[in-house]
Amino acid sequence: MKTLTKAATTGLLFGVGGVYLALVGLLEMMQARPIVFGAVNLGQAVLALLALACGVVAARDAGPAFARAGAGLLGGLVAGALMALLQVIVATVPLQGMFIAASPALRNMLAFGFAPGPGALAMLLGGGIGGLAGAVLAVTLPSLRRAIVAGAAAVVIAGVFQELIQLMMQYEGIIGWIRDFVYTWQGLRPQGAVAIFVIAGGTSLVLSHRSSADHVPSPDERRRRRFISAGVALLVLVLMPLLAGAYIGEVLMLVGLYILMGMGLNLEVGLAGLLDLGFVAFFAVGAYTTALLTSGSSIGLLHLSYWEAMPIAVLISILGGVLFGLPVLGVRGDYLAVATLGLGEIVRIVVLSDFAAPLLGGPQGVLDIPKPSIGSFELGSPVKLFYLTLVCAGVAAFIAWRLENSRLGRAWEALRDDEDVAQALGVNLIRSKLLAYGLGAAFAGLGGSIFATMLGSVYPSSFQLLISINVLALIIVGGMGSLPGVVLGAIALIGLPELLREFGEYRYLFYGAALIVMMRWKPEGLWPSEVRSRELHAAAGEAEPVAAMEPG
Amino acid sequence: MAEASLLLCRRLTRRFGGIAALTDLDLEVAAGAIHSIIGPNGAGKTTVFNCITQNLSPTSGEVWFRSERIDGLTPDRVAAAGISRTYQNIRLFRNITAIENLLVGMHLHVHSHWWGAVLGTPHTRREEARAHAEALKLLHFIDLAGRGDLLARNLAYGEQRRLEIGRALATRPKLLLLDEPTAGMNPHETSRMMAFIQRVRAEFDITILLIEHQMRVVMGMSDRVTVLDHGAKIAEGTPAEVQGDPAVIEAYLGVKSAAPAAARDHAASLLGAAASER
Ligand SMILES: Nc1ncnc2c1ncn2[C@@H]1O[C@H](COP(=O)(O)OP(=O)(O)OP(=O)(O)O)[C@@H](O)[C@H]1O
Ligand SMILES: [Mg+2]
Repeated sequence: MKTLTKAATTGLLFGVGGVYLALVGLLEMMQARPIVFGAVNLGQAVLALLALACGVVAARDAGPAFARAGAGLLGGLVAGALMALLQVIVATVPLQGMFIAASPALRNMLAFGFAPGPGALAMLLGGGIGGLAGAVLAVTLPSLRRAIVAGAAAVVIAGVFQELIQLMMQYEGIIGWIRDFVYTWQGLRPQGAVAIFVIAGGTSLVLSHRSSADHVPSPDERRRRRFISAGVALLVLVLMPLLAGAYIGEVLMLVGLYILMGMGLNLEVGLAGLLDLGFVAFFAVGAYTTALLTSGSSIGLLHLSYWEAMPIAVLISILGGVLFGLPVLGVRGDYLAVATLGLGEIVRIVVLSDFAAPLLGGPQGVLDIPKPSIGSFELGSPVKLFYLTLVCAGVAAFIAWRLENSRLGRAWEALRDDEDVAQALGVNLIRSKLLAYGLGAAFAGLGGSIFATMLGSVYPSSFQLLISINVLALIIVGGMGSLPGVVLGAIALIGLPELLREFGEYRYLFYGAALIVMMRWKPEGLWPSEVRSRELHAAAGEAEPVAAMEPG
Repeated sequence: MAEASLLLCRRLTRRFGGIAALTDLDLEVAAGAIHSIIGPNGAGKTTVFNCITQNLSPTSGEVWFRSERIDGLTPDRVAAAGISRTYQNIRLFRNITAIENLLVGMHLHVHSHWWGAVLGTPHTRREEARAHAEALKLLHFIDLAGRGDLLARNLAYGEQRRLEIGRALATRPKLLLLDEPTAGMNPHETSRMMAFIQRVRAEFDITILLIEHQMRVVMGMSDRVTVLDHGAKIAEGTPAEVQGDPAVIEAYLGVKSAAPAAARDHAASLLGAAASER
């Protein structure tokens, strides 16, 4: 009985979720993105995913296999019934005055192209089958389940990003042949989808078979693997804009800037535990310093070259960070978030003010910022600047990594866990905190500097609170204190939404959902920071053998 | 200041609003001693520690350590002067590993700058290697060898207590303040902890100021005992002297008038086996 109630409630929840997605217009919009051309679109895939997930959740803890199947079926049916009800209501009651998205197109989609009656039945059935499938999936062998999920995910990725992928496959010969086998110019072919599913699923099966053979990877092996995957990721990043063109270059450029800022904020928030919502201020300081020092317009101060201005911008940002840190030294926790929020806004408003306008250009901003050049080679295009950003992000990551494993990094971590105790052990709070603000600001200032030269102009309106929130969100999603997490978070929260441009207005809906899901199910983030093994691994560069271990 | 006394508190007072947690306390801790502070709940024992380490600033009074006045310093300066402490309810850095906890404790004695760490200078590497070796030794001493890479929060209770003491020792203190190190332990664990504390004193040549609730511990190993009640010192002396003190027995019983003989006996036995010998 309890199982049934729980299954029904789960179905209700997922049904409401589906109705919500339909009424805000997301489903209809997703319908326009085909996955397999002429067969499956993203909207249908999301519906199917809802039904499957509903089945998985409903069947959880339901006991014996048949009970699980029943629970999954019931959950799916309830969810399907709600969606069917929505479809019938949209068909009979003119709702569009209230919900713009409740259009005939939506109804048509929810009815799978049938009339309202048969359509409702189809939805009900579909929900049931989906729920049942989810429940069954939940009890199949883990390796098989993983293979199915991997295959499906690969198909969805190949379908949703087909334009991008096709762009990268503009070659003759074998690549061209593969492209023509998998894609038409409009999207994925059914045969291609099947091939991708089989290949991805098969690979997953082979991998899980190999790794399950009573084999726990040694730390060395794990490290080597991580090294290899990082290398591959880097290679992909380097080659991507060359293969996929300027648009991807621009998107990656943005991702790179956020990675830079993320590395900086990660020192503050992830390591030192200083929640900072005014981070965009340092980004602005870096951008404005660069602008003022290099601009060819009348407001420009020194007309320096970019390379001369960049280090100065970083230094001024550090100074800004320290000044910013001073008033909030004694502020802790939630109060710190509010105080930094205020400070960040002050910086933006000062830049906007009439008082500072003669110096900073007010709302008109600073124009005519030159591009950096190496010799006679100008880094003019976003793609070229992307490489500059990549190099800077690499340097920043290296610095962050070294700091993390240093005396200062340990002091920061101690501070994050218990400020009073850290102080009682001899950690100078003022020094450590100001260093966190200063060094964090350095990275943001560097990002701001590149941002200024990329746009060729800076305006106060570019430095909204939203940037601070984005950076914080990507750190949380990626994993507090984790450097790979910063990269992953930036790709997931900044890169993906850029690529799915048409969903732009729902961007913050995704953000919110992603944050809630992460906090609920994976609070440590996508790539959590690892526990360093220091007892068994000598400190970096340790010369003498561990014989010094005996107590003396 | 007398050379023999390592720590000297004079007329130390601390108020919280209207409550006087500590009133005009004079306390002298001799170098090399194990000196205990006992007293009923809320007597002000922990407040004494907080006022010595400057986690709380005293409302009035003076604290002298090694002939230097330390009240008014920040806690990190007090640590640098040579005082380190543990807490009544364990306060480890829970989200870093055991050995990293020790390394944080060594903060004062690792001489490297952040830019040295970024550049990976030979000096920094040497310092890190030295700190690492020292942390391993300490880990061994606190009987946690092999457990160093566990997150502090995943250690067992007794291990956490020892790690906290180890972390305090990592600052190389002259004076170690232990706030109820045997709290929440069964008799067997308590005996082990007592032995451990004595080993600490022997190996590190250190002075220990100890807050304790379990009389058995105090009477067994203290050189000197100070008894607090309602923020004031009511007795002081060797364990034997303190045990027989009627004021102490009264404080522990919470009665002012002459206590019934049975209760008196009970209090005496609570205060230690030695009392029954007399
Ligand atoms: N931060 C504080 N704010 C307000 N009152 C406090 C504070 N710290 C301690 N007190 C009060 O001061 C008095 C002494 O407290 P203290 O913690 O020193 O007692 P204690 O002897 O350590 O007791 P216990 O044996 O329970 O640990 C108590 O009445 C307590 O409520
Ligand atoms: Mg106490």
